[in-house]
Amino acid sequence: MTPQPITGQLIASEPIAATGPGTWTPVPGAAPLRRMIAAQSAQETRQLLRNGEQLMLTLIIPLLLLAAFSLEPLIDFGGGYTRIDFLTPGVIALAVMSTAFTSQAIATGFERRYGVLKRLGATPLSRGGLIAAKTATVIGVELLQAAIILLVALALGWSPDADASAIVTVPLLVLLGTAAFSGFALLLAGTLRAEATLAAANLIYVVLLGIGGVVFPLTKFPPSARPLLELLPTGALSTGLRDVLANAAAFPARDVVTLAVWAVAGIALAARFFRWE
Amino acid sequence: MSNPPAVEIADLVKRYGPATAVDGLSLTAGRGEVTAILGPNGAGKTTTIEVCEGYRSADAGTVRVLGLDPLRDGARLKPRVGVMLQAGGIPPAVPAGEYLRTLRSFHVKPHDAAWLLDIVGLTSHAKTPYKRLSGGQQQRLSLAAAVIGRPELVFLDEPTAGMDPQARHATWDLVTALRGDGVGVILTTHFMEEAERLADHVVIIDHGRVVADGTPAQLTGTAGQLRFRAEAGLDTDSLLGALPPGSAAKESPAGHYLIEMPGATVQPALLAAVTAWCADRAVLPSSLQIEWRTLEDVFLELTGKDLRA
Repeated sequence: MTPQPITGQLIASEPIAATGPGTWTPVPGAAPLRRMIAAQSAQETRQLLRNGEQLMLTLIIPLLLLAAFSLEPLIDFGGGYTRIDFLTPGVIALAVMSTAFTSQAIATGFERRYGVLKRLGATPLSRGGLIAAKTATVIGVELLQAAIILLVALALGWSPDADASAIVTVPLLVLLGTAAFSGFALLLAGTLRAEATLAAANLIYVVLLGIGGVVFPLTKFPPSARPLLELLPTGALSTGLRDVLANAAAFPARDVVTLAVWAVAGIALAARFFRWE
Repeated sequence: MSNPPAVEIADLVKRYGPATAVDGLSLTAGRGEVTAILGPNGAGKTTTIEVCEGYRSADAGTVRVLGLDPLRDGARLKPRVGVMLQAGGIPPAVPAGEYLRTLRSFHVKPHDAAWLLDIVGLTSHAKTPYKRLSGGQQQRLSLAAAVIGRPELVFLDEPTAGMDPQARHATWDLVTALRGDGVGVILTTHFMEEAERLADHVVIIDHGRVVADGTPAQLTGTAGQLRFRAEAGLDTDSLLGALPPGSAAKESPAGHYLIEMPGATVQPALLAAVTAWCADRAVLPSSLQIEWRTLEDVFLELTGKDLRA
């Protein structure tokens, strides 16, 4: 549209009424849903990439872990893997968790606290549209993370041992993991105060980083604990990705089912308990 | 009904736990009119507006906005209505211009974001994150956000709170311009002058109920007074005898005379009677004036002078 001529503004002495009759004549209407989702997602992505702490969480920490643990023999991974072959699937799982869970929980928690979700509720963007925008943001950031992590991993000598079906199973695992982490992120953000969400999301992140098979192999834990750890979403995602990318597994059925159950549970709980203000 | 009112509320009740925020409130706001909702803190203004905006469900009563149910018909209603919350609602780290551009993409024929930023005097702050704007600047951005989608109706919850006098006057100009182009405006305010200047229709609410409803002239014009100055010590009993029944007259302080007709406007006959009485005594009144009560007088009379929690 052509901008109207500027004939008055708040700080000028000339009154706004000087914008002339017809300037404000109502022409209401919602934009197409896709345009609304794209605009909202673009803004959320810019917000995330501008935020130093969020970048630390989603990119710097995974890359540092990848580089540090692959270059220095800090841990004996066992199982006949090279260090980088063991680490890359785990770090991808960590990147998914950091974006879909920690980062999303914190961002949404503060949006709720600052009334951003409330104000969006008065716009033509529906709640479903907002969830779609958030999903698009998370997947967009994950693609960026994956590209950078995979490039760095290749530079560090990563040589995946994967079946051709990995082209389907890797995205499937990542999508199910994203759905599970997002459900619990929104459950935290939609029920707790923003500060409590921040604390809980970071704590859970650190704990799951430690016991989720990201850099410390689950084989190092007591045999009785392993089955439980493999049933955690991070454990299932890292184990599943490692099976596919380092052991040429065709279909990590148990991990796919585990993640699917977490996804259904997380989304159902979030849908039930999420409070918009 | 082809053209329902902007807002029609009948017997609205809203409770929060044991507290009743809105207690049987009814009001109608016309299309293309400015309706000001006044009331002390905690009177139920924001709750009432938020039910209209679809944020809260009514415990009893009906609410229709542009003929639609704000909750059930929210998807059809929201594109037609602009909202300015009392505070917040804008992501703190997002620059002002970027925020308006995002919101703009939600509407089919929105105003230009840069133009609107200029209208609200924030062009030089286009790249400033919301959290770094002053309180008044944040209010102006929020106001711009309420009108960017070319709405038919806007809800402004205390729009000028925290604004400096220039911004307040400019906001009044904007509200007047909106009204001139047929946009309905529902606003809450603590500034009586704001309501008196802008509103076609004033609703005063207290304890969740409407205590007065009418045009500013109707609310302030139901009583008035006549003041004049003259030599001290005139015989007010004699003056009272010359006036229409029901009048009251007193001298306070010396030389200042006040004549009232409680519950009625000052009529020409009263003025004639006063001047005739003065003429009989060769008294020349000076500074003779007929005063209406201000909206603030009416407001305090209806809602009391006790401080509210």
